[in-house]
Amino acid sequence: MKLPIYFDFQATTPLDPRVLEAMIPYFTEDFGNAASRSHAFGWKAEEAVETARGRIASLIGASPKEIVFTSGSTESINLAIKGVAEMYAEKGRHIVTSQVEHKAVLDTCKHLEKLGFEVTYLKPTKKGRVTVEMVEGALRPDTILVALLWANNEVGTLNPIREIGDLCHRKGVLFFSDATQAVGKIPVDVEKDHVDLLCLSGHKIYGPKGVGCLYVRRKNPRVRLVAQIDGGGHERGMRSGTLNVPGVVGLGKACELCQQDLAKDAAHTSALRDDFEKRLFAALDHVHLNGDPEHRLPNNSNLSFSYVEGESLIMGIKDVAVSSGSACTSASLEPSHVLRAMGVGDELAHSSIRFGFGRFTTKEQVDYAVEHVVQAVKRLRELSPLYEMVQEGVDLSKIDWTSHQPGAARG
Amino acid sequence: MAYSDKVIDHYNNPRNVGSFDKSKLDVGTGVVGAPECGDVMKLQIQVDGDRIVDAKFKTFGCGSAIASSSLATEWIKGKTLDEAMKIRNTQIVEELSLPPVKIHCSVLAEDAIKSAIQDYKSKKAGGSSNPPARGGTQ
Repeated sequence: MKLPIYFDFQATTPLDPRVLEAMIPYFTEDFGNAASRSHAFGWKAEEAVETARGRIASLIGASPKEIVFTSGSTESINLAIKGVAEMYAEKGRHIVTSQVEHKAVLDTCKHLEKLGFEVTYLKPTKKGRVTVEMVEGALRPDTILVALLWANNEVGTLNPIREIGDLCHRKGVLFFSDATQAVGKIPVDVEKDHVDLLCLSGHKIYGPKGVGCLYVRRKNPRVRLVAQIDGGGHERGMRSGTLNVPGVVGLGKACELCQQDLAKDAAHTSALRDDFEKRLFAALDHVHLNGDPEHRLPNNSNLSFSYVEGESLIMGIKDVAVSSGSACTSASLEPSHVLRAMGVGDELAHSSIRFGFGRFTTKEQVDYAVEHVVQAVKRLRELSPLYEMVQEGVDLSKIDWTSHQPGAARG
Repeated sequence: MAYSDKVIDHYNNPRNVGSFDKSKLDVGTGVVGAPECGDVMKLQIQVDGDRIVDAKFKTFGCGSAIASSSLATEWIKGKTLDEAMKIRNTQIVEELSLPPVKIHCSVLAEDAIKSAIQDYKSKKAGGSSNPPARGGTQ
């Protein structure tokens, strides 16, 4: 088995070899600019782009004309939220989102607040879910947009998108969903789910980095956006700039494979994930699942190993590539904003690890991960004064801890 | 993030892990940090006269926090209390090549040494019936 092993599929995924194969000709012999109308090079590129557009649209139940290519989800999010805000500012200046969104959404909303928009940041349930009741309670006559994650990138919790979409349509409010983590893992259908704007990214679904798209509904209602990048008027004027043809082709192929293998991929990852969790819970005490066991992505497992700090655990499983909700790597010393908003204590947030399972994860790799995680947690607990206190029956919540700001503990 | 070889060595082979009976008169215990900040260090010294004859630690924290406290126990063993009081976090930073975001780990280790010595001294003076093994002032 090749080491290290990748268990961070929420961060990015390897390119599927079938995707790479589809992309290669468009770097060399079929290098044309899809906007060139005067010769065969351009026509060929345009044809490839339109095939890709069709495949992407098919995966999410959209029409090809509703797909706007971008550089990825961050750009799509900026275009969707700022584009709607600018276009509909006269109708209203209120946006509803949640505290557990990706930073691209949160920071875009913060930017709009500086421009005079008002934003409601909904606090999710302890499992990380935003309910339709929460959204309904936040809507105002001047609300123009609801922007919510389809699936959370840290804990994998799924929002009730269809119910929220239905509510938004009944109330005449536009609904944008960041579906970066959801597309390709669970069924997504913009018609049935009543979504007006949706973003997805190539590199999360075994496609290339640097390419993604924004779905923009064309009827019932027709969504209009103010472009955020001006230029040659590509992508129906919504996103200027020469298309990244090999990237677009790769995104299209990746979507085609996701559509073809969705059920198979989901069954494969959830079986490995469930087995992984079952074995860890059996081997270790004080392990907590962060998120919603019922409404969760099939490939995500976010666990807190009490009394063990996340970064030290990552160091202890050096050949298992994962990420942590601990913020020990950042200067702010603040753990994950997602776990915080869910009400997970900072102590458990510092102990959290996100495991991701993918199309290419094997049983053998999971065996390795289980063995090494168990070993490392046990070793670090031997080192942990907190675990020792708990074994002695001390209630950690009753202790008046010192701060570790420089000098504060000197007394 | 890349760790220095010394941090990795202390992480893989931590020195002086363990606990002394904190109720003993010749033992000083310092517990600093807080779980919600992601670091808690417990450092204990065993003192003979004014000399630290043995030291032990347990740490909840990142690799740099574990390495800083492991190194601290190594350094204070054999030192007098006054000598140990003079250890500065900057020396730990230098020895372990800690990056700026990890300086707080070294500060915590310095604080843990001082807190353990203080605990020992107040026990000796008969001032404390409640050793601060629960993390400082109640």
